[in-house]
Amino acid sequence: MSLDDEVILRDLNDDDLVEQMKDDLYDGLADEVKEGTQILLERGWDANQVLSDALVEGMRIVGVDFRDGILFVPEVLQCAHAMKGGMALLRPILASSENTSKIGKYVIGTVKGDIHDIGKNLVGMMLEGAGFEVIDIGINNPVENYLEAIDKHEPNVLGMSALLTTTMPYMGVVIEEFDKRGILKELPVMVGGAPLNQEFADAINATSYGRDAARSAELAKALVGVNR
Amino acid sequence: MAVTQRAVPSWPKRLWGLIADMVVARGHKQDGPRLLVLACGALAKEIVALRKQLGERAANMELQCLPADFHNRPHKIAPAIDLILTERRVDFDHVLVGYGECGTGGELDKVLAKHHAERLPFAHCYEFFAGSPLFNQITEEEIGSFYLTDYLVRHFDRLVMGGLGLDRHPELRDLYFANYRRVVYLAQTRDIGLEAQAATAADKLGLAFDYRYVGYGELKSAIAAAAAEIDHEERYYVRN
Repeated sequence: MSLDDEVILRDLNDDDLVEQMKDDLYDGLADEVKEGTQILLERGWDANQVLSDALVEGMRIVGVDFRDGILFVPEVLQCAHAMKGGMALLRPILASSENTSKIGKYVIGTVKGDIHDIGKNLVGMMLEGAGFEVIDIGINNPVENYLEAIDKHEPNVLGMSALLTTTMPYMGVVIEEFDKRGILKELPVMVGGAPLNQEFADAINATSYGRDAARSAELAKALVGVNR
Repeated sequence: MAVTQRAVPSWPKRLWGLIADMVVARGHKQDGPRLLVLACGALAKEIVALRKQLGERAANMELQCLPADFHNRPHKIAPAIDLILTERRVDFDHVLVGYGECGTGGELDKVLAKHHAERLPFAHCYEFFAGSPLFNQITEEEIGSFYLTDYLVRHFDRLVMGGLGLDRHPELRDLYFANYRRVVYLAQTRDIGLEAQAATAADKLGLAFDYRYVGYGELKSAIAAAAAEIDHEERYYVRN
């Protein structure tokens, strides 16, 4: 096949199509990922399987290459945009499907003083792909917002995000408040964001540190006792 | 002042090659206490201007800069500073590191403690240019403020548009800047050309524009204090 040959997605068998979708997702080709998703659904694939085998697995590869410095933020955002195209088709099916039960609720938000949400949104997408019901409380959240979300949604896991070294210490403030109220005994708290590391997460007594979106989803699944 | 030539460290050669030649200005005295200002390349022009203002009092000040691109790659700052100070700390009596915390997540402070060096006690250059009270006030007024300095205005297309990939993917602009409301230009110099460039930059990002002349702020005080300390030691050194 020459480089100029156009790949006709409908002509591919299922395995090749899934591989092609992962490539297209990696290349940020939103229309192609959406078309591939549609084809798999028409062929009778379960929406959960399309999500996990093609989209989530594709984003996992993107995450690895981002971590290894092969891809950078702009490329990752293109990939995320492509994944969203497929998710848009799957979400209504997953929401209405009787045999689909969520593996847990996950409240996620960026901490007070910080308005950055790109990483948080990527994590939210991967969590959704992993089967969580994600409650995103947005940016610039004081401890009161987290407490309110816990009362209202009774999540299985709570995640905090920060991009700035000036705002990441606030995660410690939130965790301390959870500890004072006895919440920390019952609720695992994950932290993540570009300037964080495991040492910081340990220092503020976080349950776990998600170094990237794919890893965060894996850790969250482990926290609710799901490994699939 | 002559700088002793040392063997290039074996690791990491690429990084060393990038930063070893970035001595912007050397001290010219042959004796007396010596000061190394090791700074972000984004501050080079400003520190050279401050050094000039100080005249002879800065005669034993050497300025070495790291690539300003580290602004977008803060994890590279601490290892680079460590590498330079491992090689060069012994040649100087004092070292002032012209960085704030700058997103290093505490790594820079660990390196500085190891080498008995100090940095500017602020989060980043925006804070030490504006001064903490004004910076906090601006942030409280509007948390969605995106800051520019003279350097960032001059290199906006490369560092911001290129650095964020907006030159290749302009459609990502609203994803990056959805939560920002305005560009705040913290100007070091009164330059209507730069002010116009900054306004254009704000327009490119689809944000409102706010201009604040702040001068060199706490950077000026820190450089002057370090030079004064060396000057004081030199007088003592000469007398004894």
